Amino acid sequence: MSDPGTTGARANPKPPMALLAELTYRCPLACPYCSNPTEMTGRKAELTVEQWADVFGQASALGVLQVHISGGEPASRRDLEEITQAAVEAGLYTNLITSGVGLTRKRLDALDAVGLDHVQLSIQGVDAAAADEIGGYRGGFERKMAVAGWVREIGFPLTLNAVMHRRNLDRLEETIELAVRLGARRLEVACVQFHGWATLNRGGLMPTREQAVAARDTVAAARERLRGVLAIDFVPPDYHAKYPKACMGGWGSVGLNVTPDGHVLPCHAAASIKGLSFERAQDRPLKEIWEDGAAFNAFRGDAWMQEPCRSCERKTIDWGGCRCQAMAITGDPAATDPTCSKSPRNAALRAAAEADAASDAALIYRRSPG
Amino acid sequence: MSAGTTLPDQARPVLLRGVRTHWDAVRGNWVLLAPERAIALDEIGAAILAETDGETPFGEIVERLAAKYNAPPEQIATDARRFLTALIDRRMVEALP
Repeated sequence: MSDPGTTGARANPKPPMALLAELTYRCPLACPYCSNPTEMTGRKAELTVEQWADVFGQASALGVLQVHISGGEPASRRDLEEITQAAVEAGLYTNLITSGVGLTRKRLDALDAVGLDHVQLSIQGVDAAAADEIGGYRGGFERKMAVAGWVREIGFPLTLNAVMHRRNLDRLEETIELAVRLGARRLEVACVQFHGWATLNRGGLMPTREQAVAARDTVAAARERLRGVLAIDFVPPDYHAKYPKACMGGWGSVGLNVTPDGHVLPCHAAASIKGLSFERAQDRPLKEIWEDGAAFNAFRGDAWMQEPCRSCERKTIDWGGCRCQAMAITGDPAATDPTCSKSPRNAALRAAAEADAASDAALIYRRSPG
Repeated sequence: MSAGTTLPDQARPVLLRGVRTHWDAVRGNWVLLAPERAIALDEIGAAILAETDGETPFGEIVERLAAKYNAPPEQIATDARRFLTALIDRRMVEALP
């Protein structure tokens, strides 16, 4: 219960719906847009199966319905099957977010046996040459195609996740065709978000304005054409949009993230915001962190907002946009997301995006921690 | 399919694998859990899905619900068809012939 007289941020938050469980930052791939932080903890710091089981039980009791088992590459953990089983036993809907590398038919059968609900498989391109250049891992594409086949044979529902950027947006139609061919029920067309490693690759990845417009039209037409065959979720390139994305459905509103070493974050990029301190699931009950944690309350409600957000009629629609993006571009995490057309920084951001889209910068690849 | 999903009376709707109803004890309502979606269900939605077993034809689902809620079958048919075809379009439900 909140104290009488407190408002906004500290008024009882609704329970979270989803938990992003980052089991490890290790990954065989080296995608230059990885949303993981550029400084990562290694294997030695990772939570054990028992610690994850405790987190899942607490999350379920708190109201979490779905867990997204991710990383890094979650299959890099040899005990992925046991961790998944713990999530199932906690009553959570389990979604495995994977590159496919490290999975075998045998491991997928084991995941089926413990009750995994759904597989989200990433693709980096529509053929081996394009995909493996972005993933930085030769043979990756071939392995993904095999994994998609096993997923279909076992019967798991399959979502394909395609991060799109300047180097592959012109092949969006082929990406959609590949999703249909692989028997996916869902496709996420996720235009690259500039967090983590992607912030180092603005010049290498920024889409052109023409690509942003074309992607919107292509997705709209495909949704109509493929109704009942393939559901398509679209994350548009926000640098070219009028209003910012409602990041995380509002800070501390819908979901939470637990990092490989147990830190509980409002979103996977939140560690980029200097001045916030994060608590660990090993040190404090998840419910207390969610309801009372300083980082979670930092941007809840609207009391933290500045102009033009504070008086904006859209403030409870997009919640001022993305705090991490505000931090990255303006240095102030409470600023209006500069991708908003109302932001005083928007003209400069658009000019920089145009320049990045015309850049011939080489890609900087993600490095995996030990 | 793109011409609009149809759901004939004799078709037998079924939840696809990876899609299930779940009692959300924390919020006190039924939800439909699906790949990366959790949809809160009202009483009617939960009642429709409780009958959606892959064996019962749509027409019979409508009759059962009309009797249960003492409501006109035409109205139930319209609501249930709209609800289920939206889930078919989103690849959560399938209509077996």
